[in-house]
Amino acid sequence: MIEPAIEITDLTVAYGDKPVLWDVDLDVVPGALTAIVGPNGAGKTTLIRAVLGLIRPAAGQALVLGRPYDEVRKRVGYVPQRGTVDWDFPTDVLDVVMMGRYGHLGWVRRPGRAERDASRAALERVGMEAFAHRQISQLSGGQQQRVFLARALVQDAELYLMDEPFQGVDATTERAIVEILQGLRARGKTIVAVHHDLQTVPEYFDRVALLNVRLVASGPVAEAFTDENLRRTYGGRSALLREST
Amino acid sequence: MSPAVFLADDYTLRIVALGAIALGIVSGALGTFAVLRRQSLVGDAVSHAALPGVVLAYVILGTKEPLWLMVGAAITGFAAILLVGAVVGTTRVKHDAALGIWLSVFFGFGLVLLTWVQRRPDASQAGLDRFLFGQAATVLERDVWTIAIVGLIATVLLAAFWKQLKLLSFDPDYGATLGLRMRGADVLLTALLVAAIVVGLQMVGAVLMSAMIVAPAAAARQWTNRLGAMTVIAAGVGALAGSTGAVLSAQTERLPTGPTIVLVATAIVIVSLLVAPRGILARELRARRARAGLEAQVVLADLAALERLHGGPHPHPAATLSAVTAADPSAALHELEARGLVVHDGDGLWSLTERGRTEASRR
Repeated sequence: MIEPAIEITDLTVAYGDKPVLWDVDLDVVPGALTAIVGPNGAGKTTLIRAVLGLIRPAAGQALVLGRPYDEVRKRVGYVPQRGTVDWDFPTDVLDVVMMGRYGHLGWVRRPGRAERDASRAALERVGMEAFAHRQISQLSGGQQQRVFLARALVQDAELYLMDEPFQGVDATTERAIVEILQGLRARGKTIVAVHHDLQTVPEYFDRVALLNVRLVASGPVAEAFTDENLRRTYGGRSALLREST
Repeated sequence: MSPAVFLADDYTLRIVALGAIALGIVSGALGTFAVLRRQSLVGDAVSHAALPGVVLAYVILGTKEPLWLMVGAAITGFAAILLVGAVVGTTRVKHDAALGIWLSVFFGFGLVLLTWVQRRPDASQAGLDRFLFGQAATVLERDVWTIAIVGLIATVLLAAFWKQLKLLSFDPDYGATLGLRMRGADVLLTALLVAAIVVGLQMVGAVLMSAMIVAPAAAARQWTNRLGAMTVIAAGVGALAGSTGAVLSAQTERLPTGPTIVLVATAIVIVSLLVAPRGILARELRARRARAGLEAQVVLADLAALERLHGGPHPHPAATLSAVTAADPSAALHELEARGLVVHDGDGLWSLTERGRTEASRR
């Protein structure tokens, strides 16, 4: 059997006395595009944060590429939700993308020519090369998302964790991002993305994990993304959700 | 007498001014990060919480040796930060409320201690109250050295851990996933901030010291969109406020140095908010220019539409245009004329030029 890219065992996370994730077991298959879907408050973001070691779980563990996250962090790229930072911060697009190289630079070394070139190349891949010196407060939502994607690309990872990479982007940008994700997969990378639009799950993703505090189902889209599982994840509104979202 | 001559002649003023400049540089540079991390209030809490530390150090050690008083100030300043963290971590009290609570508790305690010490019969306590509002005249050469050394250490550490501090301020979670020590960076920044505040107490005082942290950074933010530039400008604003304040207060009788420095810093903030590239006037100007451009577009389109109605070139008075848009088109017409898109004849009748026609049809 192939080693899973992420192996989550008995993962339980609680904020105070309220469980956000409860006894989740999930293997993420390498080289595939996996969507994590579920209603608001289902613990999707928490799951990603726990895998990245940003939250200490109450119980259970997550192994990344077969090891604790700390030992493999240089092989993992992360795209946080774009709403988590202050876009009025005094910096420009190229500078933000270069942050993706900081982990490879060590303690005090500063980014130099190599990092700048890599970052420009990443900006080109997301179609933002013309914006390299744009102040980040002057970006649209879709552009912000692409900058974050470029920052993760420049990490040159094997596994990418993305929290709502399509949030607030227009149709063109969404297409562009999907193409980039599929390009990554074609090069053998593993991508896990929190996703909100149920309609596009079968089109964009190979595999899906349905989450609502507990893991409801996971597997290839054709097997796991069923009406029955959606109903169990979202409650009675699932059929409606599937049509209207 | 010009300030420069004044500065060269007067030893005391030179010391005070140098101290104020060094303090302004340190607090301005560190304040950049405090402001960007929305922790402006932290400086306020630390400086207020430092007061009981000063008095306690005097009571316990029986000395007014500045270094020991600063150690005392640093200990209670740090204690306040830790207690804020403990309250936020264990209760539902929000960060700003916790800061407010501990700031008042420590400062109140400091005032009680100070009053008690001052009522004691011995006179050796005299001068401790200068830590309340600062008294720059008591600053000695070695105090300037202390500030300069803190400044040097801060500069070296800011430069060495620039990456970490930038990520800490912009996206700490992402920084943590990269393996950068975000908690370490946080402790470093807080320690430097406490050090800057503590060395500034004697000059500016517990009450106003936080202004030295916040004001230069707030002013600097208006002038730049780069973190490095903002840090340097904030340091420069701090130095300018320090030197100007020191000279002003020396030239005017009964003008206290610390508050004067703070007022100068505030004046720089106000000027920056008004005239800097990110300031109010620049924004208003940009909005106005955008509006004027839009109005010109509308007038150009109206002229083209009128021409089409007449089936060919046909001059119109401005009044016809204002009847269409219900607005005064003269400003827009003159702008279009300056760009060579419209002309008017001696009777005040306006018509499109060839270029204007092409421009209008392009839209």
